[in-house]
Amino acid sequence: MLDGRSMIRRRAGLRLWLSAGWLALLCLAALLAPWVAPKDPLAQDLFLGRLPPFWVAGAEPGYWLGTDSLGRDVLSRIIHGARVALMVALIAGTITCLIGATLGLLAGFLRGWVDMAISRLIDIWMAFPPVLFSILLIAVLGPGLISIIIAIVVIDWTRFARVVRAEAMAQGAMDYVASARVAGRGRIGTMIREILPNVLPTIVVLLTLEMGIAVIVEAILSFVNLSISTDDPTWGGMIAEGRTSIHQAWWVLVFPLITLFLTVLSFSQLGEGLKDRFDPVLR
Amino acid sequence: MAILRLLAIRLFTTLVTLSGVAVIVFFVIRVVPGNPIAMMLPPGATDEDIARLSALYGLDQPLVTQFGIWVAGVVQGDFGTSITTRQPVLDLVLGRLPATLELSIMALVMAVILGGAAALTGTRFRGGRTEGAIDVANGMALSVPDFLWGLVLILLFGVLLPLFHISGRVTPSLELPFTTDFYLFESLIRLRFDLWADIVSHMFMPALALAIPLAAIIGQLLKQSLKETMNLDYVTLARTKGYGETRVILREALRNAALPTLTLVGVQFTFLIGGTVIIERLFSYEGLGNMAIDAVINRDLPLIQGIVLLFALIFTVVNLIVDLLYAVLNPRLRHA
Repeated sequence: MLDGRSMIRRRAGLRLWLSAGWLALLCLAALLAPWVAPKDPLAQDLFLGRLPPFWVAGAEPGYWLGTDSLGRDVLSRIIHGARVALMVALIAGTITCLIGATLGLLAGFLRGWVDMAISRLIDIWMAFPPVLFSILLIAVLGPGLISIIIAIVVIDWTRFARVVRAEAMAQGAMDYVASARVAGRGRIGTMIREILPNVLPTIVVLLTLEMGIAVIVEAILSFVNLSISTDDPTWGGMIAEGRTSIHQAWWVLVFPLITLFLTVLSFSQLGEGLKDRFDPVLR
Repeated sequence: MAILRLLAIRLFTTLVTLSGVAVIVFFVIRVVPGNPIAMMLPPGATDEDIARLSALYGLDQPLVTQFGIWVAGVVQGDFGTSITTRQPVLDLVLGRLPATLELSIMALVMAVILGGAAALTGTRFRGGRTEGAIDVANGMALSVPDFLWGLVLILLFGVLLPLFHISGRVTPSLELPFTTDFYLFESLIRLRFDLWADIVSHMFMPALALAIPLAAIIGQLLKQSLKETMNLDYVTLARTKGYGETRVILREALRNAALPTLTLVGVQFTFLIGGTVIIERLFSYEGLGNMAIDAVINRDLPLIQGIVLLFALIFTVVNLIVDLLYAVLNPRLRHA
């Protein structure tokens, strides 16, 4: 007999594995893009424009998911677009995490004036609506991948700082921390050796969710043409192109959209799944 | 009395926040490396031309002087001139504001209806399959942002089953008898239901895309507080009086459970308004957000400044209204 708890765990487990599987597949495709992509993502051929995907009449063999209006292979562009998406997710996610988690850890464990200063900073930061913040930052920095990464880091570090601070505060009040101090470990040593390992699960969950956010931010900015300026393939750029030719060639919009949808969903489900895993109540 | 004092305090903090935003926006924008003046002039313009035009826009003055000139103008309602269209920023921004307000409010109403319905149904049939299905739908709606919902809606109701318009605010060939820019509202007042239907058909999908994530949040929180309320003594009392389950939920539990949701809706509504920026772009809806993106692409600094300030004003006013509503509705605060 399955009781409620193991039911929840089993369903959460499936969700976790499906999301992790999709993301692993995507990472592999991104890493091996030049070898796995069937065509050159930039190669144009106006005679092969707007070919439908393979199961529709009029499809051309080799162009599995069809072509866009310039005759570029949709599947190859999606695979190469994964490089940009995952790169932004990885770089922006990691830097945001490092800065936010460090500040949160310092504030939550050291308390005193450090906490005062960092908490004030978080409050001020969060009073500024993220959309305005990003409009301003992109306007100032100009379009491009680096600007996107800077914007994500500058806006989102508070997500980590706030949660990690609260966690570190809760951990700091526990007996094991006091005994580590009594055993002669210094403040910073205690923070890194004792607190950090216990806060790490939370950080991993936040990082996963942040990567999903980064993917969507990059897609939105490349959709409005404020991401990388060349015709390098991005999911957002493909969606923008598909949006204009939606009545003539639905596949140019549908396939990148499905990819983006699954990726964003996977990051958030992976984050939620990990949260359940780490949650002692469910464990 | 307490409410008046709260109002005074909140008005003051609102003013402080707005001035803070104005200062930040002004100085951050002046850090821009590119020279917007050089971009306005045709190629081959001399340095002298650039200097002359810079002087015209006051860009050759020291930063602090520029700020002084700008603030003096803002106080008199002069937000400068857009660099790309050469029209007053205030006129441009106010012309687009009604479109964005109508869209946001329509989205809010949809979110409250959808989220409320989900919470009530979930509570009515709690513990069963229906509640499970609602939870799964809520989870999905929450983990995917409005931008993607917008695209999914375009495919579903714009292409597969073309029920609604996918771009613009109103069919361009229609003659509009309006004197204000509140099309949705004015078409109702003028009893022009043909126009009203056309406008709603344009607004439906962008509003729904904005509403879906908020509806999920409302659904989750309201259901949670409803279920908690359902175990309270006074609800049990109502049940012993012989009232049916549906009536108990609607007449007894809902009023008490709604308060925490209200506060959250206020905060989330500002996120929804932020979401209009990209959703308006996606649906080519002529509002503030769409204009903001054009302004960023063209690096039209005075316009960006005006739009950001107006958005900040909307956000703070929404927060102010929510705080006051909360004070009015919460008896503990009212009699404090």
